[in-house]
Amino acid sequence: MAGGNIDAALEAATRKYLSATGIADLKRLSAGASQETWSFDAPTAYGLQELILRRAPGGVPESRSTAIGQVREARLIQICHSHGVKAPNVRFVLQPEDGLGVGFVMDRVAGETLAPRVLRDDLYAEARPKMAGQCGEAAASIHDVPMAEVDFLEEITPQQQWQNTWNAYEKYFLEWSPSPVFDYALRWLKERVPARDRVTLVHGDFRNGNIIWGPEGLRTILDWEIAHFGDPMEDLAWICINSWRFGSIDKPVGGFGRREDMFEGYEKVSGVKVDPERVKFWEIFGSLRWGITCRSMAFTHLTGHDRSVERPAIGRRSSECEADLMILLGKN
Amino acid sequence: MRPDRPTADEMLEAVEEFLRDKVMPAVTGHLNFHARVAANVIGSVRREIGQSPDIEQDQRERLMQLLGHDGDWEALNRELCEDIRAGKFGLDDPALLEHLRQVAVENLGVDNPKYSAYARLKG
Repeated sequence: MAGGNIDAALEAATRKYLSATGIADLKRLSAGASQETWSFDAPTAYGLQELILRRAPGGVPESRSTAIGQVREARLIQICHSHGVKAPNVRFVLQPEDGLGVGFVMDRVAGETLAPRVLRDDLYAEARPKMAGQCGEAAASIHDVPMAEVDFLEEITPQQQWQNTWNAYEKYFLEWSPSPVFDYALRWLKERVPARDRVTLVHGDFRNGNIIWGPEGLRTILDWEIAHFGDPMEDLAWICINSWRFGSIDKPVGGFGRREDMFEGYEKVSGVKVDPERVKFWEIFGSLRWGITCRSMAFTHLTGHDRSVERPAIGRRSSECEADLMILLGKN
Repeated sequence: MRPDRPTADEMLEAVEEFLRDKVMPAVTGHLNFHARVAANVIGSVRREIGQSPDIEQDQRERLMQLLGHDGDWEALNRELCEDIRAGKFGLDDPALLEHLRQVAVENLGVDNPKYSAYARLKG
């Protein structure tokens, strides 16, 4: 199925699962050959439902569209939501007979995900000083979800994280031209991989850009597709990567707040004391991983899978991470 | 490159201006975003063409200092990476750290000098 005409199939599915009388205002929100996000409304006897469809179009294998696949992502989001985590409310999961590919429909949460607006618009001025603390609280609630209920996820130990990153570096750099900065960071990290300690559900992509904000602060956490079991400090570090500060380099948490405030929110909800050194390891690791991921994105273009000018441009963003790494590592 | 007018850089400059001044104001949404990305791509290609001969020369000289022998840039860079991996340099080696800092500044200076870390690292 091509990306375009999904109205009829989506309307039929929405009638079937939500007893809707039709659908309206269907809009594609994101481009990309393997992952689509659509916004639409559905009138029902119990009121207008404002909805989001996330799907891999027919023909795209689920395994290639996301790390954990849309069906498991939907289950994970549902379970997190039921435990009070600020995750979206999933309304239904697509079945093969719906003819829409693999995916799910969830409630649409009003608010803003675009970080530059969140960081600069007056609308969020009152919330900004509270955002770092709210991120700490939200991360703690994710890490508190009972692992037995999401046992379809896999664990990635710190050692495996390092190994996976090395493998990607081999594939996307060594074959062409190695980066001395990345080689330095890989060795620095290798000598400091933390022992496997507390293991929890980890969101894996918890950052400014994957959070819906309102004027009161954090509303919903999106994009659960690389969730796994692992070191919970990964999440507290990833949101501090300079790439997600959007120019506000001196506000480490998402470009809006201080680490201390996030740690305080985290400790209040989890009762677990944060070790800043462990978070720092994951922040350096995260900068490296993002730098290598940027390069890998260029290859989805170069190999012809998903041609777009955006992909090669992202590929060159690995040098942003080289600079971030030298700021983080230069003083050691 | 041909010593001719328009130069390669002038040709690319024309495309960059076309994208920024004509295409971007005329389109919205994804197309506007991609036009801006395309203009930025042209900008970094222009910087790469302009700067990489000097960068390569500077890096080659620093690499010869660090490794203690002659060679072409690509081979020397690969050797440095292998030496870092093999533990032949201490992680606190000041000459190595200074070279890495400069490499990061040089690469980012081509790819995206507007990024927040550029000014900070360049000092």
